[in-house]
Amino acid sequence: MTEIKEAIEEFAIPEIRVDECLVYKKPSTLTDVPLHYCPGCGHGVVHKIFMEVIEEMGLQNKTIGVAPVGCSVFAYHYMDVDMQEAAHGRACAVATGIKRVLPDRIVFTYQGDGDLAAIGTAETIHACNRGENFLIIFINNAVYGMTSGQMAPTTLEGMQTTTSPYGRDVKTQGYPLKISDLVAHLPGTAYVTRQSVHKPANVRKAKKAFQKAIEYQLQGLGTCLVEIVSNCPSNWKMTPLESNKFIEEKMITFYSLGDIKVPEGK
Amino acid sequence: MGDIKLMKGNEALAEAMIRAGCDAYFGYPITPQSEVIEYLSREVPLRNTGMIVLQAESEVAAINMLYGAGGCGKKVMTTSSSPGISLMQEGISYIAGAEIPCVIANINRGGPGLGTIQPSQGDYFQATKGGGHGDYHLIVLVPSSVQEMVDFVKLAFDLAFKYRNPVMILADGAIGQMMEKVELFEQVPRATVLPDWATTGKREGEERRILTSLFIQPEEMEKVNLRLQEKYRQIEKNEVMFEVQNIDDAEYIFTGYGLAARICKKAMEIGREKGYKIGLIRPKTVYPFPYNVYANLTHKLKGILDVEMNAGQMVEDVRLAVEGKTRVEFYGRMGGMIPSPDEILDYFEKQFIKGGE
Repeated sequence: MTEIKEAIEEFAIPEIRVDECLVYKKPSTLTDVPLHYCPGCGHGVVHKIFMEVIEEMGLQNKTIGVAPVGCSVFAYHYMDVDMQEAAHGRACAVATGIKRVLPDRIVFTYQGDGDLAAIGTAETIHACNRGENFLIIFINNAVYGMTSGQMAPTTLEGMQTTTSPYGRDVKTQGYPLKISDLVAHLPGTAYVTRQSVHKPANVRKAKKAFQKAIEYQLQGLGTCLVEIVSNCPSNWKMTPLESNKFIEEKMITFYSLGDIKVPEGK
Repeated sequence: MGDIKLMKGNEALAEAMIRAGCDAYFGYPITPQSEVIEYLSREVPLRNTGMIVLQAESEVAAINMLYGAGGCGKKVMTTSSSPGISLMQEGISYIAGAEIPCVIANINRGGPGLGTIQPSQGDYFQATKGGGHGDYHLIVLVPSSVQEMVDFVKLAFDLAFKYRNPVMILADGAIGQMMEKVELFEQVPRATVLPDWATTGKREGEERRILTSLFIQPEEMEKVNLRLQEKYRQIEKNEVMFEVQNIDDAEYIFTGYGLAARICKKAMEIGREKGYKIGLIRPKTVYPFPYNVYANLTHKLKGILDVEMNAGQMVEDVRLAVEGKTRVEFYGRMGGMIPSPDEILDYFEKQFIKGGE
């Protein structure tokens, strides 16, 4: 709001027209702290649309989030809800603890690919297998962002990272892991979907997925996992636009978008 | 007066957990403490007190479930044995850093490595000197009877919430497995009001609650550390617990904790019958350690014999306590071997006394 006020003064916009000028604002469920994410990174968009859902559904005072190690470990600086920071990979275990003792709260984890699909694979699979009634937000950008660009379990075949500088060799370094498809097979999961935020239409679809996931949690249907195929311009060594093109041409051709599993009758 | 029962240490611990008003237990089976989760699974405390019991996929998951549920201000507990406790160390460090109250029982078995399922006290260093990374302390209670397995559960929860600090009950496989008469305390109702710091959902008009051990700015991280250290100094000042016997006329002290202390007590009694003026010091807390009780006796002692079921761990704290003013020697067995009272007295007569001449 301070920026808007400054702009009003600078351009001498009559005070009376502030509301008319305000066609866009961030949700009240986000704090005023500037995001630390790199220019072009998808985290900011995901934070915003998810917290919009929390605001619109009136759940700010009922929501508890878990932010484990990764670029988004500081999510609690931005999301204006009660939050716990978790050890690398352990978000699903921490969320299990929270949801089991406070079953009427909305609980979510916000995890990267290394966290969820490498070091935390066991916690992820077993939380899904028990049908823990919380939402897993899974940001897949095919690279370790926070530690500056090492190979992730989801790194594409042939993709260059600092620990696969000649391109991921699947014969020695394993194959990119489609963990969402894997957990969709488990009876405990209610809703598993893969979305992206690299185009406005996709952002709208991703937001709808979050809405559905929270509704299903309120209905107690089981584990919901929303994967967001995202970008990492800094570690991909690309401009934001080039990284979006890479999502379009390389990422979503392998990690195809859409619902993988929906609850029966939905 | 509560119920009097004949119970196995592990089962008494589990029953005490329910009666102490525990909200949730998360654990993973490991010998010699699997009776705890078996007892809880059989009793289904959910029906009576509403307590949650969940078998986790690993000790790593169990300790992090404790972090999450404890972070909501609930009374939470886990139990394990040595290799499982090793797996939990990362989580314990996070719990200490985020100042989440919880209780962890280690029914110590022999190591290193997979070791043996027989009783041991090899985890003293791990429990009292850190175990995980960073500058932190657990409050460590060391029961030497099935009765104390019961009493210390209630005490552990009180201390955990008083200081917002993890508390460890460090027992050994023998205390966990043996049966003794116990008096059980009356059922404590589960708490209905959750603490202000707990993440339970942001309250209208209030700041959100954040539980974290991450402070990226060194100035801020140092402040957090200083605050934690101040808390540990308070714990050291207020919470030391120990038992002494026959120290008034004692020329020698036998000392040990847990099962070793019980054996020392018998050895002391046999020694006294033979005319040796032996006293006993048994710490009930090993962090904070009762340094003063040793230090205050040094002027009149000929020596202290420290007995443990390890290669000599608590003996380092005893030596710190006496600052070289009296002789401290160690007798221990390892690998699941339990010393007998005669064996201790034999060592005392043939080695210890002679060594002092």
